[in-house]
Amino acid sequence: MRNAIYDAMIITKRQLLQLARVPELLVFSTIQPVMFVLLFRYVFGGSIDTGQPGGYVQLLMPGIFVQTVAFTLASTAIGLAEDMKKGLIDRFRSLPISRGAVIIGRTFGDALLNILVLAVMAIAGYAVGWRPTSGILQTTLAFLFLFMFGYALSWIGILVGLSVKEARTVQSVGFLVTFPLTFLSNAFAPTTGMPRALQYFAEWNPVSTMVAACRQLFGLENQFGATANSWPSQHPLETSLLYMVILMAIFIPLSIRKYKNYSN
Amino acid sequence: MKSVIAEHLVKTYRNGEVKALNDLSLDVEEGTVLGVLGPNGAGKTTTVRILATLLKPDSGSATVAGIDVIKHPDKVREQIGLSGQYAAVDETLTGWDNLVMFGRLYHLGRQSSIDRANELLERFDLTEASRRPIKTYSGGMRRRLDLAASLIVKPKILFLDEPTTGLDPRGRQDMWGVIQELVKGGVTLLLTTQYLEEADQLADEIAVIDRGTVIARGTSDALKKQVGGERLEITVEPSDLDKTNEIVAKISGNATHVDHRTISAPVLHGSKDLMDALRAMDDAKIHPLDIGLKRPSLDDVFLSLTGHVAEETVEEPVAKKKRGGKK
Repeated sequence: MRNAIYDAMIITKRQLLQLARVPELLVFSTIQPVMFVLLFRYVFGGSIDTGQPGGYVQLLMPGIFVQTVAFTLASTAIGLAEDMKKGLIDRFRSLPISRGAVIIGRTFGDALLNILVLAVMAIAGYAVGWRPTSGILQTTLAFLFLFMFGYALSWIGILVGLSVKEARTVQSVGFLVTFPLTFLSNAFAPTTGMPRALQYFAEWNPVSTMVAACRQLFGLENQFGATANSWPSQHPLETSLLYMVILMAIFIPLSIRKYKNYSN
Repeated sequence: MKSVIAEHLVKTYRNGEVKALNDLSLDVEEGTVLGVLGPNGAGKTTTVRILATLLKPDSGSATVAGIDVIKHPDKVREQIGLSGQYAAVDETLTGWDNLVMFGRLYHLGRQSSIDRANELLERFDLTEASRRPIKTYSGGMRRRLDLAASLIVKPKILFLDEPTTGLDPRGRQDMWGVIQELVKGGVTLLLTTQYLEEADQLADEIAVIDRGTVIARGTSDALKKQVGGERLEITVEPSDLDKTNEIVAKISGNATHVDHRTISAPVLHGSKDLMDALRAMDDAKIHPLDIGLKRPSLDDVFLSLTGHVAEETVEEPVAKKKRGGKK
């Protein structure tokens, strides 16, 4: 077990080294969310009346944060698929290292990368007027939630990467899944405007519960639409936590098993 | 003592539709080099992957360094080095980063990993490029780095899967030099290749495989003799065909093979036979369009051993897809 963690750390360190060698990687993973912040803040922000002191950007930023960490699913999957394609995973598998270390290390690495990305996003948000009002403790807790959500999703990414094996396919699949999930939610617009059936979907959507949880933790009153009055929209913190636990309970063992049995 | 033994390996893909290995057996004597020679899709990579514990056979057994690869893959991994057809290293990292990382994954300490990395970079003539990302390396440099990565813990048994495929002649020569050095150091090597010349240069013994099974085995000389050694080949105008045929038949003492305007036959004394042929042609006032000695190629070996040329067999696209591309 000690060895497994040691081995995983080496793999994690490799990802940090990549970042040190190619700092542009950080730019690539933050440029899209930063663009979203600017677009939504200045294109829609002016015409959406939120009744929220501080304006739309207060509601927007939690949505952007969640969307950003949701992309961990795709980035983990893409990274793993590329390693497999290049034969790096084969090499790792021919080494006398503990079996789960390679994928555990990757999830750690992607989690660390998320901290950096979230920091960049928080700075970008601050620059366009986002101000959490709940105090340092709750704000930190919100970021901890985001961090954990990203970590849980990266385990789905592991399974996707191991199953699909082709980075480009992963990329389009990731796009196809993440985009509807983040938009069919309360992240950017109130769910109240959606057709009834979609409202239910949107409110049970983990993205929505995460966004609502973050909004609550950042000190916002307005949850941006909870008309279906579903349980998750009234208990966003609990529901989000539950979702994360369920996701990890399912996908960690599944991914590790898939990796161990993975033989071409 | 045998360092590597494979017995009756069978491996099928796609629920048995495609047979990658069909009762393949081979062994490698400790401290020697076995060249596994065969065309694409013959089962070379599958064999290596099974021996290197990356793949489980459907049936059959194999031991490496006396350890069962199926029952104790972890112990096998401590004994072997593997270098594949592609450079399996992290391309965004530098050569140095990669070797240190692999050193640490082999549980060498930090300082030992660094020392070993420097030593290997020096040995493979990569010191100058060591601080550059692998992306900027030439094909030959990548392969050398990949090989270096497989030598970190000085494995006693090394598997090299087509170490020079895709390299230019210069890169191939360099790689051969590097491999020959290793062999002098006493490593047991199983090397796969598509090139007879490569097996010739590097291997003590050659196993020719086709369609998932070993079809011939022996030293390079023995195999070549089996193929028939050198052939005399003369191309002439159609009007001179019959006369030339007589000359060739006389020198060779064997049956000749006529293909369009080209006559060929196996010869025993190489250049002497060639000169005899030239003299006889000159006496008969025949001017050859082309004349020469042809050494047996892999195609000849295949043709003579299997009756079919070394073309790609059907399983290749599947194997490629399964491995996610190999070049």
